[in-house]
Amino acid sequence: MARRRVVVTGLGVVTPAGTGIEALFANLLAGARAIKRIDLFDPSTFPCQIGGQLNGFSARDFVPKSYRKAVKVMARDIEIAVVAADLAVRDSGIATKGIDNGAPDIESSRLGCNIGAGLMCADLDELGAAVNTSVTDGAFDIVAWGREGMNNLTPLWLLKYLPNMLSCHVTIIHAAKGPSNTITCGEASGHLAVGEAARTIARGAADAAIAGGAESKVNPMGLLRLCLLNRAVTTGNDSPGEAVRPMDVRHAGSAVGEGGGLLILEDRDRADRRGARIYAEVVGFGAACDPGGVDYLQATDGNIGGAMRAALRDAGIAPAQVGLIIPNGTAVAAEDAAEARAIREVFGEDAGRIPSVPLTGSMGNLFAGAGGVDLAVAAMALHRQTIPPAVNGDEAAADCPLNLPAEPIEGGLDYALCVSATVGGQSGAVILKRYEP
Amino acid sequence: MKRRVVITGMGCVTPLGHDVETLWSSLLGGDSGLGVTELFDASTFPTTFSSQVKGFDLPAELADGRHRHAGRHTRFALAAALEAWRAAGLGDSGRFDPDRTGIYLGSGEGSLDFENFTSLLVDGWGEQKLDTAAWGRHAFERMSVHRETEQEANMVVAHLAAELGVRGPAFNCLTACAASTQATGEATQIIRYGDADAMVTGGAHSMIHPYGMTGFIRLTALSGRNDDIPRASRPFDLTRDGFVLGEGASILVLEEYELAASRGAPMLAEIIGYGSSADAYRITDQDPEGEGAAAGMRAALEDAGLTPADIDYISAHGTSTPLNDSVETRAIKAVFGDRAPDVPISSVKGALGHLIAAAGATELITCVLALRDGIIPPTANYQVPDPECDLDYVPNVPRKMELNTIMSNSFGFGGQNDTLIIRRI
Repeated sequence: MARRRVVVTGLGVVTPAGTGIEALFANLLAGARAIKRIDLFDPSTFPCQIGGQLNGFSARDFVPKSYRKAVKVMARDIEIAVVAADLAVRDSGIATKGIDNGAPDIESSRLGCNIGAGLMCADLDELGAAVNTSVTDGAFDIVAWGREGMNNLTPLWLLKYLPNMLSCHVTIIHAAKGPSNTITCGEASGHLAVGEAARTIARGAADAAIAGGAESKVNPMGLLRLCLLNRAVTTGNDSPGEAVRPMDVRHAGSAVGEGGGLLILEDRDRADRRGARIYAEVVGFGAACDPGGVDYLQATDGNIGGAMRAALRDAGIAPAQVGLIIPNGTAVAAEDAAEARAIREVFGEDAGRIPSVPLTGSMGNLFAGAGGVDLAVAAMALHRQTIPPAVNGDEAAADCPLNLPAEPIEGGLDYALCVSATVGGQSGAVILKRYEP
Repeated sequence: MKRRVVITGMGCVTPLGHDVETLWSSLLGGDSGLGVTELFDASTFPTTFSSQVKGFDLPAELADGRHRHAGRHTRFALAAALEAWRAAGLGDSGRFDPDRTGIYLGSGEGSLDFENFTSLLVDGWGEQKLDTAAWGRHAFERMSVHRETEQEANMVVAHLAAELGVRGPAFNCLTACAASTQATGEATQIIRYGDADAMVTGGAHSMIHPYGMTGFIRLTALSGRNDDIPRASRPFDLTRDGFVLGEGASILVLEEYELAASRGAPMLAEIIGYGSSADAYRITDQDPEGEGAAAGMRAALEDAGLTPADIDYISAHGTSTPLNDSVETRAIKAVFGDRAPDVPISSVKGALGHLIAAAGATELITCVLALRDGIIPPTANYQVPDPECDLDYVPNVPRKMELNTIMSNSFGFGGQNDTLIIRRI
């Protein structure tokens, strides 16, 4: 069975370092440091008080007027996805139901959607207000809650936090009625979602798809969880911009972030026919897991080696042909070391030559949102033939012998590989190629 | 040519039995999994009952160090996976290639640490809003890294990978009530494409905790028949008033046909069709015309290269909510046309309740058993015909008939629709 070629024709990103691919890419080239002291809530009793947050962010201006009311029932993760989708669809030039109420030029049933999502945090002010109506003698009273208290929650409360609501809202807005999925594998979610969506188009089940991921961890539960796992940097509260240092000799932990990236993937022939701008071609996808990942208090590499090898095989290329690697780069020392070792195993000596550009130093860990952003940046790098620098990668750690570029690099880029693994041990790798008709 | 995918092992932990054969005999024997909620005090909740897994302990050989912090639904999944793995002949002496074997689950998030999470909302409450500094102080004293991490929706996959020692492609999808059907369909695609030769698939979920129950009650999605609990779930019946929240896990082992044949694996059924679609309608309701549901069924038929005339039985999503059952009926009519009244349809949710993310895989297991035994499990508690649901729902009594090809539907809250088709080998 002939497999169809899949290309990237639209990019939509919402990140602490920039919203919209042009802004983000320009900021990354300039070495943007977007991690700041958290002020979305008071983090003063947390050992880590910094993160990559979106300021003044709302989806209100990015949804059709008729859909504005629905923003009320969107968790922040959903809002990020909705905005990223709007940006990506506009960028692609495809007309959907969601764009300016124009006439769609893609058949609904042929437009798919696959958005990676995380474990969403309830709005603690909203839930707390309801819970505190059911307190007896200083403790929560479940009898009172059942009788009365729960009625203080809005009827649609649950729907704010179901992971599939990211794709649900996006599919409604854009009338994307094709194959639809929600991957929930932490930091690998976006990679896996894009890989799966590309496969869907390749086998002919859809002609285009909105794919990537979005998540917000800048909330008390997200920060608490990162701290409990000892993954958070606790030494950088006074110098947030320099605190997260993936693969760098002074890497000392990660920071929560929020954001997302969605790509428009499209059947190559369809994109050609409509004269679309093609950023890159999706040529390789691999996924794998590490049975040791369940011991999550130990850093493991999530078998990214397996995922990268599978992606290289799928692409039919040799490791040395890759010109850019965007790794997870959590900046947790043991995790960086494990990841760098796996990259070394796959790429050999070339690992010290090929530029590795983790984006976490600039914006923190976007978790399910990371893969889509990484892939959008990789697609842009291929399109512009420019590789952004590795922010805060001043000197590679001895056990992370990778090439962390200090300045942008121009030209000669044929393939870019994005890879990530998550706590628990699932991993995904996607290879993009400079587009040649 | 497409690589063919067969089911070679199955396992489950459900409110009607902690293994496949017990589930099957309970369903055919007319048992009900429904009862008063015992996992917490729901006595004042508008819905006081659910469909709980009762008397389950993790088998001794699984309760070792690696799994000691596993959450409730992960424990269900571990037991189900071991049953499936052994049934497939991949147990202790079985040979498999770990790099060519993966996992694709549609598992839910783990149950949250309700006591501590809720007490923090009380003790950290300030003036009209949370005092996050005070909250943080208490939180670091009370919350546990294990309770928090085990809630991540990928952790069931992590535990299964550890237990089975697999290293291939690993995914978790969470498309609400369609999740484990979707997982099985995507796992099938992974084998077909050649990314793996075997996949462990299915799902696990438990939302029977105070906030899960609250969430569905506020959506007015649950049955409120506190005075008639065993009969509360009544799919396609005119008097249905909502679904009954259940919990459990179901796991299937899928393998590429040639390899399964060459190792003499038990081949229970072949997965020949998978379709996925989105309603893209509303976050709260299904498309009342059932277009999305119909699109999923049509896509599965097309994938299988079949026409509606080839389908012998439909295992319905059939939740017992007023909307789902009439929409599903409409969608089946749209796809099956004149043949719709002649195709037997049933929903095991009448007896089993709704296992949410685990529902689809559980129902797929019942489809495989129906194929094996030539018996359709009935729709329990069906009494009063609904003019909007006027098809053959196999009410109350199992029906013997020769079955060769079966369709199974799952529709998620939020409009994700998935359909699978299996066939006798």
